[in-house]
Amino acid sequence: MAHVISAAETLEETLTQELGFNDHFHEHHHGDKFQSNFLTHYIFSTDHKMIARQFLITGIFWAFIGAAMSIIFRLQLGFPEADLVWLKPLLGKWIQVNAAGIGKLDPEFYYSLVTMHGTILVFFVLTAGLSGTFSNLLIPLQVGARDMASPLLNAFSYWAFFLAGVVMFLSLFLSTGPFSGGWTAYPPLSALPQASEGSGAGMTMWIVSMALFVVSALLGGINYITTVLNLRTKGMNMWRMPLTMWAFFVTAVLGVLSFPVLFSGLLLLMFDRGLGTSFYLSEIVVGGQVLDRIGGSPILYQHLFWFLGHPEVYIIILPAMGIVSEVMSVHARKPIFGYRAMVFSILAIGFLSFIVWAHHMFMSGVNPFISNFFVIFTLIIAVPSAVKVFNWITTIYGSNFRFNSASLFSIGFVSMFISGGLTGIFLGNSAIDIQLHDTYFIVAHFHIVMGIAAFFGMFAGIYHWFPKMFGRFMNETLGKVHFWGTLIGAYAIFWPMHYTGMAGVPRRYYDAGASFDAFRHFTDLNKFITVAAIVVFFLQVLFIINFFYSIFSGRKMTSKNPWGANTLEWTTPIETGHGNWPGNIPTVQRWAYDYGKDGKEFIPQYVPLGENEHDHGNH
Amino acid sequence: MAAITPQYSRSNINSQKFALWVAIAAMIMMFGSLTSAYVVRRAAGNWFEFKLPDLFFINTVVILLSSVTIQLSYRAFKQGKEQQYKGLLIATFVLGMAFVIMQYMGWEALNAIGATFTINPSSSFIYVISGLHAAHVLGGMLALTVALVHAYYLPFKATIRRQQRFELVVQYWHFVDVLWVYLIFFFTIQS
Ligand code: HEM
Ligand SMILES: [Cu+2]
Repeated sequence: MAHVISAAETLEETLTQELGFNDHFHEHHHGDKFQSNFLTHYIFSTDHKMIARQFLITGIFWAFIGAAMSIIFRLQLGFPEADLVWLKPLLGKWIQVNAAGIGKLDPEFYYSLVTMHGTILVFFVLTAGLSGTFSNLLIPLQVGARDMASPLLNAFSYWAFFLAGVVMFLSLFLSTGPFSGGWTAYPPLSALPQASEGSGAGMTMWIVSMALFVVSALLGGINYITTVLNLRTKGMNMWRMPLTMWAFFVTAVLGVLSFPVLFSGLLLLMFDRGLGTSFYLSEIVVGGQVLDRIGGSPILYQHLFWFLGHPEVYIIILPAMGIVSEVMSVHARKPIFGYRAMVFSILAIGFLSFIVWAHHMFMSGVNPFISNFFVIFTLIIAVPSAVKVFNWITTIYGSNFRFNSASLFSIGFVSMFISGGLTGIFLGNSAIDIQLHDTYFIVAHFHIVMGIAAFFGMFAGIYHWFPKMFGRFMNETLGKVHFWGTLIGAYAIFWPMHYTGMAGVPRRYYDAGASFDAFRHFTDLNKFITVAAIVVFFLQVLFIINFFYSIFSGRKMTSKNPWGANTLEWTTPIETGHGNWPGNIPTVQRWAYDYGKDGKEFIPQYVPLGENEHDHGNH
Repeated sequence: MAAITPQYSRSNINSQKFALWVAIAAMIMMFGSLTSAYVVRRAAGNWFEFKLPDLFFINTVVILLSSVTIQLSYRAFKQGKEQQYKGLLIATFVLGMAFVIMQYMGWEALNAIGATFTINPSSSFIYVISGLHAAHVLGGMLALTVALVHAYYLPFKATIRRQQRFELVVQYWHFVDVLWVYLIFFFTIQS
């Protein structure tokens, strides 16, 4: 790599040469000779940018599988009478053909599909695929570091995730089927191998896979935290960090503090399954046989699970919030409104997320007086959430908004977050939850606020940073079709579920309650939901096609900073090598949101403050 | 690995040390959740009471002693006293090994008084929590082994780099030590 930088051509290069931080990168840089062959460059890479792409593509793979599963069980729910023989080549014995030649989805496998769908989407797609991708891609680039604190552990983090995926994938092919007791894996279904078909080998593989996943999340999280706190470039104090950094940082803290608790829960579960302890089991009869396992409490598992589980939902949504704040501000050409309030609400949400877990257990027999405590903290979460929503709306308000796929998805995120957040406030009241718990209302709530909203944040990030990742742009027309179709389609799927849920239709039932007279009038609504789901599924296929097509043939990026953004990732060369900046690391002189200031459209972070200019990063 | 190491670091804390602290926070959460589970489960009644084996208490002294030896070894390293540094490192390793073996004997003693692994969660918890702790001690001994290899195969030179690495081992070792003190204290006031 050429070392001598000839005469600086742009302001940015001049500034980086004059003010940049010289860490003697070249003297120590033994070329990328270890990165040069295919295997070490694309597969066993330690470059955070490559690891980010690995997370993303693995996430897309899992999203496809998980979504396809949902289409299969939606067919069952919308059209319980339909003949599914055509799925036999794919599902084999899980399609039972009766005497009349009609193929039906095996009920056990229906449960497996629902369980796998939840596990895959929550952990593999919206945790690893979202936080894994963007924390890896952006943390070193936006704080101004050459790579993560430990590039090697970072690679291990990906490979642990990959292995978790392999184990989960293999479990899909077990003759007894994958685990089928719900993504939360409550005992006794998860604790007794004889409890159901999927509780045997399927559950064992589920636990092994999740344990590997915890390892991946911890290795990643430790790296993200250390990098943000220790490797910021000169001048990048915490208050100058883009909101993406704050969000990813708090996400990582939540992960490091909550995943170990899930691990404990799973550890005890393993002993119950394999070694005859009774942490979660008491006085159980399976198939007419009384077990001698006494003294345990299934509620204990729920506490341990939801102590992770609730922070986990914020592990999913916070990165999306960070991405949306950044994308929105760049395309609104306006500073994010209330930067500090945004930071404090991220911190408040992070803190509160640890003291609300029992709102998932109002109906599990926990003491109603203790429930009151959790009701209050749950409702308080609405405050920082609302602060964020107001700030996003105010950022868009009166701006010269650039409507493109990325920014549209960021607006869509806000819409979804509002709709889903509101239903959360219903559910947070333990009295109302008596009616709504375990109904389709819950399904609607968390799909809108977590599923769709987090996906929208992810899409905003992908469209926005695609040029950074692949040096090309995604197709805008397809992107807009993708956005509008998904926005309308997602509401079409989940809005009606609020009504079925309020009427009491239980979630997870094989026939969506159609066998109850009281729910029979929802049959058409269920058909409608299934059709909408199929349409949305194909729109996502369109996205995947756009994604892979654009990697190879998208419009090429010709300048470093196509969106006119302030953050440091847009100062690296178009073809960014390992180490990110070929020469000095730029130093940071101002916060990340000087848009439309002093008559300039944008002022990147490396530009020194003018005289008498107010420094937002140093109050 | 490609040499990406030299980075500008904001604070004076070395990143590896910081990463270790974050990892320790994760371990604290894991043990914290297990001991909380213990409290919650105990409050629900149907709890089999028994006395902890004396070995657990004797072992507390052993592991505390090992913390002293490793700290002294670290000091000797910094002062350039090679023999003392090596000897104390070995002593730490031996004490660690003694700790794990005696924990095992402690479990056998528990088993002998009828507090078996599966009889009641009260005893299951003891095995699981102390077993998980022992696993962390074994992890520490792995790190000690690396430190021993450094001590005996590399020429003695108290470079900053080596000192920092050694410090990581020392801090982790102190952590598993304090962790055990917490656990034994917890078990004692709970039972
Ligand atoms: C104003 C904020 C929110 C409140 C007050 C709230 C409240 C609740 C409550 C009380 C439940 C339990 C309902 C039941 O099972 O009976 C619940 C379920 C759930 N919430 Fe929220 N929520 C909020 C925001 C969120 C966010 C931001 C996410 C994710 C990003 C989320 C994800 C979930 C999930 C995944 C479940 C269901 C888990 C399951 O049972 O499978 N919620 N929410
Ligand atoms: Cu929750």
